[in-house]
Amino acid sequence: MIRHFDEELKDLKEKILRMGGLVEEQIRGAIRALAERDSALARQIIDNDLRVNAMDVEVDEDCLRLLALHQPAARDLRFVTTTMKISTELERMSDLAENICERAIELNEEPQLKPYIDLPRMANWTLRMVKDSLDAFVNQDTVLARKVCADDDFVDDLTEQLFRELLSFMIEDPRTITRAIRLTFIGKYIERIADHATNMAELVVYLVEGKIIRHTLPTV
Amino acid sequence: MIPTHESATKAEVKGLNFYYGKVQALTDVNLTIAEGQVTALIGPSGCGKTTCLRCFNRMHDLYQGTRYEGEIILYPDKINVIDHSVDPIEVRMRVSMVFQKPNPFPKSIFENVAYGLRIRGVDRRSELHEKVELALRDAALWDEVKDRLRDPAYVLSGGQQQRLCIARALAPDPELLLFDEPTSALDPTATARIEELVSQLKEKVTIVIVTHNMQQAARVSDFTAFMYLGRLVEFDKTDRMFTNPSNKLTEDYITGRFS
Repeated sequence: MIRHFDEELKDLKEKILRMGGLVEEQIRGAIRALAERDSALARQIIDNDLRVNAMDVEVDEDCLRLLALHQPAARDLRFVTTTMKISTELERMSDLAENICERAIELNEEPQLKPYIDLPRMANWTLRMVKDSLDAFVNQDTVLARKVCADDDFVDDLTEQLFRELLSFMIEDPRTITRAIRLTFIGKYIERIADHATNMAELVVYLVEGKIIRHTLPTV
Repeated sequence: MIPTHESATKAEVKGLNFYYGKVQALTDVNLTIAEGQVTALIGPSGCGKTTCLRCFNRMHDLYQGTRYEGEIILYPDKINVIDHSVDPIEVRMRVSMVFQKPNPFPKSIFENVAYGLRIRGVDRRSELHEKVELALRDAALWDEVKDRLRDPAYVLSGGQQQRLCIARALAPDPELLLFDEPTSALDPTATARIEELVSQLKEKVTIVIVTHNMQQAARVSDFTAFMYLGRLVEFDKTDRMFTNPSNKLTEDYITGRFS
């Protein structure tokens, strides 16, 4: 039986995908603004965050309306509530992309401290996690979702490594401290984005299996 | 099939088969009714949920050619209520029923509630009054009718009549109260009152309710049994049934994708 409600669920899913696509662009753009020292691009990314915020509100309203009017149950209920949370995760990621841009603009006002190698590497890895968690959501793929959860460890390791490297800069030459701290912040922002991707992946497992794997050790 | 209950067992359905003449309406139904809890029976029309409910107080005995097989054990004394040696009148003293449409007797409000007590031999005025008042209070109707107990029951609104029928069912102090779609003939306000009542009554009496309204089952029950084609498909805690049912048929029915 094809129902009006199913159409609405489909629309909602498409909306999340558009939002996800936009957030991926935000993260990618933020890293480019940093790597290419492009402050104009950074400002554009910051402006774009408003679009993501608007989509977050729209998805929220859609979900509330579906809950109120259709009183979904079982899988449908899990879908709507999960979508609400995923929307929040995406919005947070976009906020962090905005933060990266703010630090990038500050950094671009001084000479580059060092070639950026680890940060783009972390960012690419993280972007893949974001993409995988969105794909897992679309295809209801819990194997992929669990892989995203496991992938998070790698980003954590890179963050630690980056911090140690920047610390050696600071110890050697205190004049680098301002820049090194800003870069440390960016590392942390990327690491947080990966955490949000992990949260999304955990939500996908709940959506498909009805099992809450949050706040437990990841299992592959 | 049978979830572990924290509460004691009030009744146990074991291998229940039921026949209307040659037509088998129930097949091997197994179900545990937890004491002091609300158990909802849901399923599409013709799935056997009302048939199952009516076995609990031997309502089918009123019709020719019906046949029970299996057991419905009523605790604590563990009598099999569908056994032919058990008197159906005895069963109905312990297992009351409220029907789909309010069906008050053509008597006064007072006499409707007193009826079950009188046929059980209660005739002392003070005792009758006390028990009628208690039943009407339990059914959340007392304040609305206390000044007109001698009025005919038919002057009451539909929702009030249904609460009167609940009071009538409660008066003899049953152990098990059966509801057969008790709100399908009522407006949303009266429905909300009955649902509220069901939640309050489970403190006193174990309840089994048949409902077509899935949200109602979700709101009022602690356990839900989903039936299809005369069989029990899934039985679990209500919150689990409505968030993460384990059977595909249940999932389809609960999400309205049943075809």
